Order: sequence, then C-alpha cells, then structure tokens
Amino acid sequence: MEDKDKDKDKEKKYSTVSIPTPLVEKIKQRIEGTGFTSVSSYVTYVLREVIANMDEEEEEVFSKEDEEKVKERLRALGYLD
Amino acid sequence: MQRPHGGKLISRHAAKEPAGVEELPAIEVATTAAEDIINIANGVLSPLTGFLGHDDLDCVIHHKRLGNDVPWTIPILFDLDTPDVREGDTILLTNQETGLRALLEVEELFDYDRTTLAKEIYATTDAQHPGVSAINSMRRHFAGGDILLVGHDRRQFDEYHLTPQETRVLFREKGWKEIVAFQTRNPPHLGHEYVQKTALTFADGIFINPLIGKKKPGDFRDEVILRSYEALMQHYYLQERSVMAILRTAMRYAGPREAVHHAIMRKNFGCTHFIVGRDHAGVGNYYGPYDAHDIFDEFPDLGITPVFFRSFSRCTKCDAIVNDKICPHGPEHHINFSGKKIRELLQQGKIPPEDMMRKEVAETILQFDHPFVE
Repeated sequence: MEDKDKDKDKEKKYSTVSIPTPLVEKIKQRIEGTGFTSVSSYVTYVLREVIANMDEEEEEVFSKEDEEKVKERLRALGYLD
Repeated sequence: MQRPHGGKLISRHAAKEPAGVEELPAIEVATTAAEDIINIANGVLSPLTGFLGHDDLDCVIHHKRLGNDVPWTIPILFDLDTPDVREGDTILLTNQETGLRALLEVEELFDYDRTTLAKEIYATTDAQHPGVSAINSMRRHFAGGDILLVGHDRRQFDEYHLTPQETRVLFREKGWKEIVAFQTRNPPHLGHEYVQKTALTFADGIFINPLIGKKKPGDFRDEVILRSYEALMQHYYLQERSVMAILRTAMRYAGPREAVHHAIMRKNFGCTHFIVGRDHAGVGNYYGPYDAHDIFDEFPDLGITPVFFRSFSRCTKCDAIVNDKICPHGPEHHINFSGKKIRELLQQGKIPPEDMMRKEVAETILQFDHPFVE
C-alpha cells in the first residue's frame, strides 16, 4: 500500500481522542518492553476489553414453538432424554 | 448463556420459497462455498449475514476485524467470473452435492489484490501452501452481499449436525454454563483424551466438534473419525458431560488466524472456552508452533477464552500422560503421541499400544476396510 493510501486508510478508520498528558506519560512507561508499540495501541486494547466486559449476556429469543421443535429434534437424535 | 459473536445469532433462512426464484440467473458454486452459505444461514459465522464486501475485507486483512471493530480473521468471500452479473442483482446459488439453493443479493462487485490476501491471511505467498493455492485459483471478481438460504438436501451424518441454535438449547437443558470446545480432524489417541479431560475438569461440559468435509488422500475418512469418537465416548466419557456434533467447513490452513476463526465459530455454538493446541490449523512449516496461541493476545474482546496446550506426552517415569508444566523429567523419559506412528500401525492392520490409543478406538478403526481417504 502506498504511504498516501495508508494515511487515507488511517484517517478513515481512526479518530483522535484527548488524554491528559500525565496519563500518556504513565502509559508510555507502562508499555515499555511490552508488545504494545504505541500509546494508541494500548489504549485501544484496554478500551476494547472494557467495552467487551460491559456487554450484557443476551437472553435467547427463540419462540416457544421454535424451541419445542429444537428440543424434539435433540430428543430424536439422542442428545436429550 | 454465551453471547453470540457480534451480539446476535444470525438466521438467514427463507420461511418459504420466494416467488420467481426459478427465473433468477443461477450459479453453481463449489461445495466449500455452499458450506459457507449454510453456516452463515445457521449463525455459525455470526455476525456475518453474507459474503464480505470490500471495506470489511480490507479491515479483516489489515486489522483482523470487521468494519464495525468486531474481531474477524478469515475473510468469507464469494468469487465469480460471470460478466452478466451486476451490482443490485439477486442471483440463485446452487450446489449439486448439497442440494443448496440460496439467494445472493449482489451489493457490490470488487477486485482485491491476491498477493496481499495471501500474505496477510497465510503469512506467505508460496503457491505450495493450500490456502495460497486456493486464492490463486479464485475467479476474477468478488461479490459482497447478504445471502438467504432457500433450502438444501439432507446429507450423510445429519444426525450429528447441530446448528448453534440447537447447541445453545442443548447446553442450557443440560445446565452447562462453562463449555469447552475441542476441534478435531482425527480419531482420538490418548493425548487428545488427556487434553479434553484436563480442560473438562474445569468446565461443565465438553463439545467435541470434528470438522467434516473436503479431505486430502491419507486423511482419516469422516465416518472413521465419528465412529472412533463414539467408541471413546461410550466407554470413557460421562454422557452428561460430553457432546459431539460435526461442523461442515473447509480447513483453510491459516494457522493463527484460523485458530481465532475456529474459536469464533465455537463461541456462536455457545461455548465459553476453546482448546488451542500446538500449530493449530497449521500446515508444513509456515507457522511457529505457538503462533496460534500468541495471536489471541490481540483480542481482549474476543468473548471466548482460549485454553492453550503445549506439548503432551507419556512419561515413563511418572507412568502417566503429562505436559510440559507438570512433569520434571527430561525428554529421554517422554514418548510423544505420534499420529504418524499410530497411522502406520493402523495401516498395517495392527492395534497401536494401549498407552497410545484406546483398544476400543483402534478396533473401531480397524473394522473399516478403507479407513483412509484414497
């Protein structure tokens, strides 16, 4: 990929956020010697982890009829008693 | 219950045969593409609702994520070379082997550099790599868009085929919350059993999920794999703690990227953990033995926990099956589980030693006149 294209790609897929400078300095220290190559990659990692943990468990939304059909098949195949 | 990947379990089944299907332009697709379509329709590949478009593909290739930031490592693509298909068309996709009939809404037609695809997905452009070779033989264009499954035939081993909706109901009925998935392409030897039972010790149930489909000559036949697992499970597993169902999909041999993909599919089945072994989904020497472990560090938001196993062997001093974390003895005391050796013995009609493979498993395999793909 040409450099210009890379810049364009980056513009399209990334946004800038403001973080207090002392925090940035702390992050820089923290990621030294780790696999993280930049403050951005570390912050992205942490935020993805936080957001994923906030996702609530989803209740299955099968209709009663669908669920009964599923159970019938599972019983017929011997998966359920 | 485990959340489906991307938050929603996809279902793309036509409630009834849509009007005018017979008049649509039809394309006969390969069985591997038909399996992708059926898997999309059943939610195995949630959150995909169809084949990737250019922007999603670009994100998957360069960031290992879909355009909406959801982790995704293996592009699911539809290639075609039909000059009269246009963007906005709906086409009928058929496949004789599976009896597939599905609609594809062609949202976009695009090209993508094949070298980039190969290099990013398979970490090589070597045409000897089966995945690279598959890319090289793809047709000129890609079509992105949603699919709708109209129908397909019943197939061999359907009694072992469960959809994510079905496994989710099954796990819930069994009262399992922590479910560990094990993928396999071979009959089980004692090393496999050890890995599965070690993982199961910390979970509520194990989901043994053999891949069924296109195989290379010399591989075990699908029926042999299934029957040998049946024998093992009947004699050595608790029925209330173990379930086996097949997954019909092609191996891509994409090593680390495919390990993540395999984990995502099992997440959609409702599993919370996924066993990743040494050189998972590898072929030849294209990947390091633990590349498929390391890649998971990139996905704090994957939503399924990988369970890593490194080497395991039989230790003559411990007189037990061990792994590198629990045995202090040197390699001179370790006998590795050699799939090759087991295979050679079976090919000669001999039962492998009982410290390699359960007798019941070996006898089941030897009941077949031709246990290997020819």
